[in-house]
Amino acid sequence: MTALAVIRQAGEVVLATALAPIFLGWIGQCRAWLQNRSAPPLLQPWRLLRKLFWKDATLAQNASPLFRMTPYVLFGTMVLAAAIIPSVAIDLPFAFVADAIALVGLFATARVFISLAAMDIGTAFGSLGARREMMIGFLAEPALLMVFFNAFLISGSTALPSVVERLAAPPFVIYPSLAFAGVAFVMVLLAENARLPIDNPATHLELTMIHEAMVLEYSARHLALVEWASALKLFNYACLGFALFVPWGLATRGAGPGALGVAVLALVLKLGAAGAVLALVETLSAKLRIFRAPEFLAMAFLLAVLGLLVHLMLGA
Amino acid sequence: MIVGPAPSLSLLLALVAGWFALGLAGLIRPHRVHFVGRVLFPLGALIALGVALVGLGALRPDRLPEQLVLPLGLPDLPFHLRLDALSGFFLLLLGAAGAGISIFAAGYFRAGEGTAPGLLCLQYHVFFASMVLVVVANDAYLFMVAWETMALSSYFLVTTQHRIPEIRRAGFLYLLIAHVGAIGILLCFGVLQGGSWKFTFDAMRGPTLSPTWATVAFLLALFGFGAKAGLVPLHVWLPEAHPAAPSPVSAMMSGLMLKTAVYGLLRVTFDLLHTGVWWWGALVLGIGLFTALLGVVFAAVQTDMKRLLAYSSIENMGMIFCGIGLAILFRAFDLRLFAALALSAALIHSLNHAFFKSLLFLATGSVLHATGERNLGKLGGLIHRMPWVAVFALIGTLAIAGLPPLNGFVSEWLLLQAFLVTPRIPHPFVNMLVPLGASALALTAALAGYVMVKFYGVIFLGQPREPSLVRAHPPGRLQRLGLGWLAAGCVALGVFPHLGLRATTEITRGAVGEAVRPGSWAFIAPLAQGQASYSGVLLLAGILAVFALTFVLVRRLYHGRVRRAAPWDCGYPWQTPRMQDTAEGFGQPIRHIFGSAFLIERELPSAWDTSPHYRVHIEDRIWRALYVPLGRGVQRLADAVAIIQGGRLAVYLLYAFLTLIALLVFVL
Repeated sequence: MTALAVIRQAGEVVLATALAPIFLGWIGQCRAWLQNRSAPPLLQPWRLLRKLFWKDATLAQNASPLFRMTPYVLFGTMVLAAAIIPSVAIDLPFAFVADAIALVGLFATARVFISLAAMDIGTAFGSLGARREMMIGFLAEPALLMVFFNAFLISGSTALPSVVERLAAPPFVIYPSLAFAGVAFVMVLLAENARLPIDNPATHLELTMIHEAMVLEYSARHLALVEWASALKLFNYACLGFALFVPWGLATRGAGPGALGVAVLALVLKLGAAGAVLALVETLSAKLRIFRAPEFLAMAFLLAVLGLLVHLMLGA
Repeated sequence: MIVGPAPSLSLLLALVAGWFALGLAGLIRPHRVHFVGRVLFPLGALIALGVALVGLGALRPDRLPEQLVLPLGLPDLPFHLRLDALSGFFLLLLGAAGAGISIFAAGYFRAGEGTAPGLLCLQYHVFFASMVLVVVANDAYLFMVAWETMALSSYFLVTTQHRIPEIRRAGFLYLLIAHVGAIGILLCFGVLQGGSWKFTFDAMRGPTLSPTWATVAFLLALFGFGAKAGLVPLHVWLPEAHPAAPSPVSAMMSGLMLKTAVYGLLRVTFDLLHTGVWWWGALVLGIGLFTALLGVVFAAVQTDMKRLLAYSSIENMGMIFCGIGLAILFRAFDLRLFAALALSAALIHSLNHAFFKSLLFLATGSVLHATGERNLGKLGGLIHRMPWVAVFALIGTLAIAGLPPLNGFVSEWLLLQAFLVTPRIPHPFVNMLVPLGASALALTAALAGYVMVKFYGVIFLGQPREPSLVRAHPPGRLQRLGLGWLAAGCVALGVFPHLGLRATTEITRGAVGEAVRPGSWAFIAPLAQGQASYSGVLLLAGILAVFALTFVLVRRLYHGRVRRAAPWDCGYPWQTPRMQDTAEGFGQPIRHIFGSAFLIERELPSAWDTSPHYRVHIEDRIWRALYVPLGRGVQRLADAVAIIQGGRLAVYLLYAFLTLIALLVFVL
């Protein structure tokens, strides 16, 4: 049984790392179609990663070991997060290691490391990006935590398997508090993953960049790992959203291979839909000025807190 | 009074006496740095380890409290000592973190800077000893004597560089607020004795006060200990006094001394007072949250590295008091297990803060010695010059930012878990307020990350902002050892969170009658298995495993070729170190978002200035709103009283005569 559980766990992690760049490619395709451009192939991000891995790494003269270590740390934290988030099966053997609060902590660790790495070379853009990333981060992190609190209050637990099991349990109830939390979660997802309207993943204008400004000094395999980690981060956020708000199709405890297959299919379908919606949102919205970002995130935060109050007042 | 044998307490007294002896030995050759640094301070560190072991022994579940009466003190009130689990925990905290500080101090103090090293050694060890006596005192008199000794010895340590006027001013402010707080504590004990006029804690445990008097005692204790802990609005001394002291002393004050305030409040609230009203908890919780938020926001805009850490201490004390407030709240509604959870969170955060804050203050000491700069805007790139300090400081930074798998995360996690069970409180009003509290706590924790990225990034990363930084030298072996000890503590407490929970089991059992499940080395699940669990060691193992696997795979499948080149920076070739963010620059978003919290004075250069100057001065609103009017009021009162102060001896004799007559009339 344990061997089977380990295989399932490993399979999910491998699936996540493999699917994450494809998800990014899918969003890119949808965006291109919506903008009347001819779309790049679905596997474009994978090709990019392969190209980057083969290149010679160029490091700035004063890059410290911290700078070289950070891509591996980022990738490690994101893979670990993927191991905790129930994307296919609910009862992951690794999930007891870290609950949802620890998951928020893992994301924060990644953010702190990438900001520190951005400051390491000592260029103007690097520290600018780090400052902005931390600003977005300190606003988005409490909002995410409050979204989780909504789910915790319903399930009485912070362990993700218990939360998702409770939310996915057969008598489907619509929780009004979760509606607020859902909107807040989408806003946090956009901000945390450097998507429009907070940051533009396709920008070429240095002064408006956040994520890109931080990774300017990275090249080749380091850049590949950083980009892969951010693709994984988006994938993880998407899976978190599915698990909390549309948990249908997830393989429950003790499910057989058939249920797992259904769960993978459901995941792919959900990713497809989410990617399309994300591309639509990005096509329709313009980038906010950087000082509008706090208002955007404060709104997410307040929505999540409102969800908590709704839950406590309605008792549901 | 019959008192049984007290081997641990006797050992503890011998250790404390050893500190006094070391301090006096420092006076023999006050100017011999080598003697003081290489002999006395390392011995002091060994004694501190002994104190920690005594504390550890007192935490064992089968251990009964030990008592001892010393034939010292007032004629009818000898010194009473008591060692129970709560004292033991704080002894462990003081000893374990203090040992690292002492080792660091051994390599830190130099001759020719203010007070002579020998005298410093005396003050330092008296300070240390007085903290230990505070946590084992079992009567109000000894408690106050130790408390005042602590305040005075630390005052002298703060004013080590007494030739600098700002430091004298900081020391005065510290002494003033310490004494105002001490009055509160003294009055609190006065209320607690409840008309029995017995001032031992044993006597105070006995009678049950009426709710009104209990509330008075509690509020006085909160005021008195809050002044020491730096709770808003009594925090103004902290960011002045802590940075003014030499770094090991700053570490002692922030890491250790603030915890005696936590101890004091816990002793009064959970041991001496038997009743508890729910709004006490709400009050402490509210003050704690406000303090935490204000502290971290102010920390984010500081430009002096030690002031930044001092404000961060205010934030952390706020979080600790938040846990205490929750514990009082839960206890008032008889939710004992949850009270135990909140109390454990507060205690573990105290322990964690002792480690990481001491570590960071000491790291600033190394930086200060190496560069002579405290201003963040003039540092940078020190990771290349002092790599060991950078590694240890990184551990402290990640720990204080509350990131897994280090220790700061554990206590934050426990505190959030405690918040999560608050809807079980059968009180609709409190129910509603608590989610807001949780959100404030989450915001504080996230802001702490911002502050620490600024702290670490500006000091250690980037390019040196001043040419003189090229000459910065790494610290000596003793300093590295001290830093390493504290960093190891941060890692151990984070990776094995059950250690902290084990240490608090007996305390919570004594204070609220329950204890959370301590868990095992593999993981902790304080309430129930499926409800919430966390495993520091497996998390670390997971990250390291993925790290190593990725590294090996990348090397195997591809290659490890590296070229070094000039920074890219979007192809801009004329960049200088001055183009990096300064500390002001990094704090700018905070200034923008939380602008109304500060009083900002700014001078911006105009476009035609030939020598442009940018100056910004940020002040605490509370200083102008509360302290300046208060000071003026006191001055006015003093002026009014000064009318009877004529300066002539005959008039004063007349006053004495009249007083005598009045007393005679009163007595007869």
